Amino acid sequence: MSRKRHPPTAQPSAISSRVPVIIYSIAAALALAGLADAVYLTVMDLTGQSAVCGGSAGCSQVLASKYSHIGRVPVAALGVLGYFAVFSCATFAAFGWMRARWYLTLAVGLMFLGTLWLLVVQAFFLHQFCRFCLASAAVTFLLAGIVVATAPSRSSR
Amino acid sequence: MLRRSLPFVIIAAVALAGATAGALLYRAYKPQVLTASTEQQLDGKNNDTAHARGPAKAPVTIEEFGDFQCPPCGQLSEPLNQLERDHPNGVRLIFRHFPLITHAYAKPAAYAAEAAGLQGRFWEMHDLLYREQANWSKAAAPHELFVGYAKVVALDVARFQKDMESEVVKTRVAADQKRAAELGVTLTPTVFVNGKSVSGRSLNPGGLRAAVEAALAQVSPP
Repeated sequence: MSRKRHPPTAQPSAISSRVPVIIYSIAAALALAGLADAVYLTVMDLTGQSAVCGGSAGCSQVLASKYSHIGRVPVAALGVLGYFAVFSCATFAAFGWMRARWYLTLAVGLMFLGTLWLLVVQAFFLHQFCRFCLASAAVTFLLAGIVVATAPSRSSR
Repeated sequence: MLRRSLPFVIIAAVALAGATAGALLYRAYKPQVLTASTEQQLDGKNNDTAHARGPAKAPVTIEEFGDFQCPPCGQLSEPLNQLERDHPNGVRLIFRHFPLITHAYAKPAAYAAEAAGLQGRFWEMHDLLYREQANWSKAAAPHELFVGYAKVVALDVARFQKDMESEVVKTRVAADQKRAAELGVTLTPTVFVNGKSVSGRSLNPGGLRAAVEAALAQVSPP
């Protein structure tokens, strides 16, 4: 009795070449989610809605605190720039632009450090958590995970 | 060629979509200035259930809709008191309850303040509730803390506890909520200065002081 052998559905090299595209597309999608969150928070700040109670007490306290601005610039607006940069780098990386992977690593690294600081502020200085800020932190951590998992090696420069 | 330009097209499309969404959101959330009609202002002044500080005939009336569990209300409480102290003949400060449903203990706190008011200690309890907001709003059983505050402001505690559950205090809080609905109040703190609400961006101690001083300058030009 002979066993019928099915041909492989894809060549291993073809699969491995698609993996970075899929991973960077996921990173771009995550950055879009972060961008939406940051745009919402920026608009809340610009319209003064963050200075009033409408949602949870934690959110209004965090968003109306002195830590929510650097000078006159809302931290959320920096988040908009950061997520847009990450989205752009991830998109270029998905299309095979090798240099974009390094810029992506740099952008996510900076955002990761910023997120850690904001979590410290919420946990230890304000003793309140804002759910939109926590959502943004979750997105940044996932992006950091992707960047670490796909860390470009020296040979790929 | 198309593959090379596609990332630029995607990024430009996202930038455009993000800017459009931001602009639409901004338009939707842009602060609206609420204005009380002269009739509504008179109704507010004549309403004897309102708690007020300052002379009844003061040229400037600050009417605050507050929630004792709302942190921004707590942050504005002392600056509002200070404004009233700085202009003893010029400013009348009215506090009205607008406990938000998102704050589990806001209504019991409003009842505690009203129960204190029945013994003539509303403002003492009002100030104490805001000062201690961070403690009771996180407590598992805030009622016990409210009873403690009743002792601090020298109330008859047994009467306070009975009054907190009474229909009288519930009716007074409900009357304030009714007035809030009539004026279009949806958030706390909402502060009216001579019938005109101070909008989101100006709703801070400096912005309120500027609004009150502008209203004072209008009624008594130099």
